Amino acid sequence: MSRIVLSEINKYYGSNHVLKDLNLVVEDGDFMTLLGPSGCGKTTTLRVIAGLEKPQSGNIYMDEREVVNAKERFYEDPAKRGLNLVFQSYALWPHMTVFDNVAFGLKVEKVPKAQIAQRVQNALERMRISELAQRYPSELSGGQQQRVAIARAIVSEPKVLLLDEPLSNLDAKLRVDMRSELKRLHRELGATIIYVTHDQVEALTMSTKIAIFFDGVLEQVNTPMEVYQNPASLRIADFIGNPRINFIPGKAQRAGDLLTVESVLGIHQFNADTFTNEMPGDGLFDCVVGVRPEQIEISRQETAAGIPANIYSAMPAGSETLLQLWVGDVQLLAKQIGLKNYAADQPVWMQINPESINIFHKETGRLIKRATSEAEE
Amino acid sequence: MISEMQVQVPARHPSGLPQSRPYSRWRKYKNMVHNAVTNPYNLLALAAIVLLTYFIAVPLMEMIRTTFSLAKADVRRLGGDARVGQFTLYYWKQILTSSIAKKMLYQPLFNSFLIAISTSTIGVSLGAIIAWLLVRTDLPFKRFFSLAVIMPYMLPSWCKSMAWITIFKNERIGGTQGFLNYLGIQTPDWLAYGPVAIVAVLCIHYYAYAYLLVSAALRSVNSELEEMGEILGASKPHILKSITFPLVLPAILSSVILTFSKSMGTFGVPSFLGLKVNYYTISTMLHSTIKNQQTNLGYTISIILIVIASINIFINQKLIGTRKSYATIGGKGGHSTLLQLGKWKVPLTILLLLFIVFAVFLPLVILLYQTFMLRVGDYGLSNFTLHYWIGKPDPMIYDGLPGIFNNPKFWHYVRNTLKLVIVTSLIATICGQLLGYINSRGRHLRSGRLVEQLVFIPYLIPSIAFGAMYLSMFASSTTVDILGYRITLIPALYGTFTVLVLVSIVKHLPFASRAGTSNMMQISVELEEAAQIAGAGFPTRFAKIIFPLSKNGFMSGFMLIFISIMKELDLIVILMTPDQTTLPYMAYTYSAEGVTQLSNCVAIVMFLIVFLVYWVANKFFNANIAGGLGG
Repeated sequence: MSRIVLSEINKYYGSNHVLKDLNLVVEDGDFMTLLGPSGCGKTTTLRVIAGLEKPQSGNIYMDEREVVNAKERFYEDPAKRGLNLVFQSYALWPHMTVFDNVAFGLKVEKVPKAQIAQRVQNALERMRISELAQRYPSELSGGQQQRVAIARAIVSEPKVLLLDEPLSNLDAKLRVDMRSELKRLHRELGATIIYVTHDQVEALTMSTKIAIFFDGVLEQVNTPMEVYQNPASLRIADFIGNPRINFIPGKAQRAGDLLTVESVLGIHQFNADTFTNEMPGDGLFDCVVGVRPEQIEISRQETAAGIPANIYSAMPAGSETLLQLWVGDVQLLAKQIGLKNYAADQPVWMQINPESINIFHKETGRLIKRATSEAEE
Repeated sequence: MISEMQVQVPARHPSGLPQSRPYSRWRKYKNMVHNAVTNPYNLLALAAIVLLTYFIAVPLMEMIRTTFSLAKADVRRLGGDARVGQFTLYYWKQILTSSIAKKMLYQPLFNSFLIAISTSTIGVSLGAIIAWLLVRTDLPFKRFFSLAVIMPYMLPSWCKSMAWITIFKNERIGGTQGFLNYLGIQTPDWLAYGPVAIVAVLCIHYYAYAYLLVSAALRSVNSELEEMGEILGASKPHILKSITFPLVLPAILSSVILTFSKSMGTFGVPSFLGLKVNYYTISTMLHSTIKNQQTNLGYTISIILIVIASINIFINQKLIGTRKSYATIGGKGGHSTLLQLGKWKVPLTILLLLFIVFAVFLPLVILLYQTFMLRVGDYGLSNFTLHYWIGKPDPMIYDGLPGIFNNPKFWHYVRNTLKLVIVTSLIATICGQLLGYINSRGRHLRSGRLVEQLVFIPYLIPSIAFGAMYLSMFASSTTVDILGYRITLIPALYGTFTVLVLVSIVKHLPFASRAGTSNMMQISVELEEAAQIAGAGFPTRFAKIIFPLSKNGFMSGFMLIFISIMKELDLIVILMTPDQTTLPYMAYTYSAEGVTQLSNCVAIVMFLIVFLVYWVANKFFNANIAGGLGG
């Protein structure tokens, strides 16, 4: 059991407010990804949990145990929090062999020698690098160093494993390999993993939950699917998803349980069961319609409900084809599976399921209408 | 609806939160103390601040106070109701405005400025050019040259002035004839003694600092930066002027500061080459006032010297300012293409070779040659002797002084010197590493900056003034009575080994700490944090992670300080007592008594020790002395 609760955490570097009233619950066994652009506070959050940074206010609990109580200036020693950390730079000690690197923590704990050898061997085997035990870090490739760093972190059998952008120094192919490796590791260890990254693909593919940070504020915590389908704000919507989501300006009017949205996509009406808490009261306001590129269906023939558009350019890329379209004065991106050929300026007709689109309040940038769960099933 | 699903807010879900104890102020204070005491950084920084204040700020204050307080010897001069220790501006008036001010301050000050400016201009240019030739061009025999050009650094500057006198002195002033005189060439007085001689000797000594600093900077400049200029069609001189030079400018400016403040405070060379013709610099004046018991006047001169050094460094820091930041740009030079010298190759090689012969080897050879001369001034073979090395006492030669290897005093002084040097360099290097740790980990903290500034103070204070400061502080003990217990705040240490160790350590702390900082900066904080998470406390981290990783840097710092203290004269000349004599002081007194050969023997022994240490450190520890010099 290792549930981590962060409550009202504030962290300043001098006058720089890095974490603002952070509240976050990481459930036991979660693979929680802290995601956001650089400088958003995600690494600081990780370091606060690890105990390498001391927040100026707030509390942290691991299971039922209090590890940080800033008001009483109580900060539990990092080594006593039952966690381990894999650094972005790996931080392997260059003057020690792989074996010594992995064994270091156990030696500090004064574990008997035979047991150290056994546990180090297990950790190295788990990361499939047992043949490298006597090498020095400088004699290893980036991917191998990465595995050593993870072996060093898991050898102490931590209840919580913290990973700080561990894949950012690897090349694209290794990164895909390591992703599946980490996912497997999560399953095998059963430990809670907190993982920091700015790469949304890593976040979407590996996590059970994603926490998205902007400017020191935690904006949304949810499953990858939910974050993708119902991003809580415009900037999350913009950050998550590749190719990027389309934003279309529109006018919205709420009248009781009915929301009417008008844009180049036409006029749509939505019921109250799709509304979020951020929905403003009755009245007229500006909104932004969010449509994912894969939610736009393209037809070469005119269809009854189809919205007419023109091809600006078609970009076939093997498994998929990206289309740039003009609809009125709005440019949209659509994605189709497979290789498709279109001529420039060719007229096409778009089909969009209104249930699957998001509506954001333009002024607050918050999501006001959810996509219905059709895709989740 | 949605926000509740998105963010689970524990505060709004008390059931989700573990039971929290009520807030306790007592626990807060307990934790604050616990945090402060268990953080190694705090403990180190606190210890550093206390010690640095005691050993640097207090002596400085004490010296300043002394200049405003009336000494016993001067009570009578002031007459009336003057009391010992009362506040007075007497000394400052004497130095700044009285009739002796010109002789005591302004003339020596002018001389010192002249020497410092000439030396830093000529010496730094020389060093920078040699550095460029050896690092960036295809000059041949580089291994030989790069060892040869730093050899002057291993021989004390005043030894070179002894060699200079040997060559140039004439019978009019020197008593005996110099080498050129022996060959029948009359040397004019201005060449043998005075400012020209002093500047020349200081230049062939201090160029080595500029060489070390600039060559380190040049090595870190990626040659691709220069190649880019070449691709764009710039000529070689143009590239040199507009790309290479600006990139190493910070290093050049820091060599200028270093050379300027060193030659401003240097004592040995102007004392050998200036006093005979009554040419005083501020440092020789300072020495003679203190030797003449006019201590308070001496301190006043010291403070003026310190103020000048501070202004100099302040101006230079303003000049370097933001430019300093790109000193590291280009990162690891690594791959570098050498500049083809073409038709200049042969003439430049010959020129450099001549320089090495005259500036590096000739002084050494002259010193060595002279040790084999029975009578000074006779360069013929019939005058050859080994007496000064291994001779038994002979009443006919220098009142029966034996050869140095037969002189028990010599071995005593060798032991003294080695003891002082080893103890001091070890302690200073360890302190330097710890200070480096504080500097590198506490950059953003007020305590870290305070430590950095305190450590920097000895750098501002010329060696001779620093010695004077310690003399003033430790001449007599200061005690206070607290609750009936007598507590010695400042013990009387004058004439002890301890005071020599203290003064040498503290004076070299800026170098030690700089070497330590550059060393610690290379060790990423994450390496330490990884150990912290693994449960290693600070002692374990220091022993298992930081120290092994900083071994080479440690050796470099050790060697830098070892060499520097080994040849130190300026710093300890004022504090010397017969019992604590070191080799440099022995050579200095022999020379002052006119026993040139013995003095040279001692100097040669010193050089050999320094050279040996340098060679060992370089060979086995890959040490590099430039690191600690850097600005």
